[in-house]
Amino acid sequence: MNEDKGKIKKMMIILSKASLENVYAAFVLANGARMEGIEAELFFTFFGLEAVHKKKLEKLHVATVGNPAMHMPTMIGGLPGMEALATTMMKKEMEKVDMPEVPEFLDILYASGVRMWACKLAFDMFHYKEDDLYEGVEDIITVGDFYKRSEGEGVHMLFI
Amino acid sequence: MEKTIAGKTIAVNEEGYLTDFSQWNEQVGEELAKEANINLTPRHWEVLKYLQKEQQNQVALSIRRVGKSGVVDIKEFYSLFPNAPLKTSTKIAGIPKPASCI
Repeated sequence: MNEDKGKIKKMMIILSKASLENVYAAFVLANGARMEGIEAELFFTFFGLEAVHKKKLEKLHVATVGNPAMHMPTMIGGLPGMEALATTMMKKEMEKVDMPEVPEFLDILYASGVRMWACKLAFDMFHYKEDDLYEGVEDIITVGDFYKRSEGEGVHMLFI
Repeated sequence: MEKTIAGKTIAVNEEGYLTDFSQWNEQVGEELAKEANINLTPRHWEVLKYLQKEQQNQVALSIRRVGKSGVVDIKEFYSLFPNAPLKTSTKIAGIPKPASCI
């Protein structure tokens, strides 16, 4: 640590998953950084890209299988309709704590100055088109570009 | 804790937020804004008055709520009070720091 006592200046957050709980984690952390006057950037890669895919971002679900915090047997979590039910329940609770839905949250992040990037490799792999992406995504960049953007003191990187 | 702001002795907490809103006046607001390197314009004052009104009505303040207020949008809020707009503006307005994550 140096004279600025390890002050966090910028959060570089990588979102690699599309389940609602992970998307919200990334969004809350990015927004929370901006609220504290910390810069924030989001890198959407692999399934995380769905969070900025215009047609998919409104249909993201909570994961009920392989999620021990759901406190339900894996087989039940896999039944048809379970993910939709869990998602509806979670969204209700989220509204109570003033948590916006994904499209509104993206607009809040964009207006707050969070910079957003799509991962080129995942973008190519899933055959996305530029028009598919939420307008706030600035560009499609490589991992190398993202590392380059992360240079400097007080920059922290987070993988979700 | 106590602090002298605009020639008045004012009670503040350890983060510098006023603990007694009745001690706030516009000069105090001006002083606190100067400490945050902000020059208050009529636009700032509109936002500050809105925040005080919400506080009076015991509304829990968040960036989302401010953005939906019709008084200021989120982008402008960040440009009026750069670096932590909600924290900075509430401090200047003499109201408690909102315990909000959104």
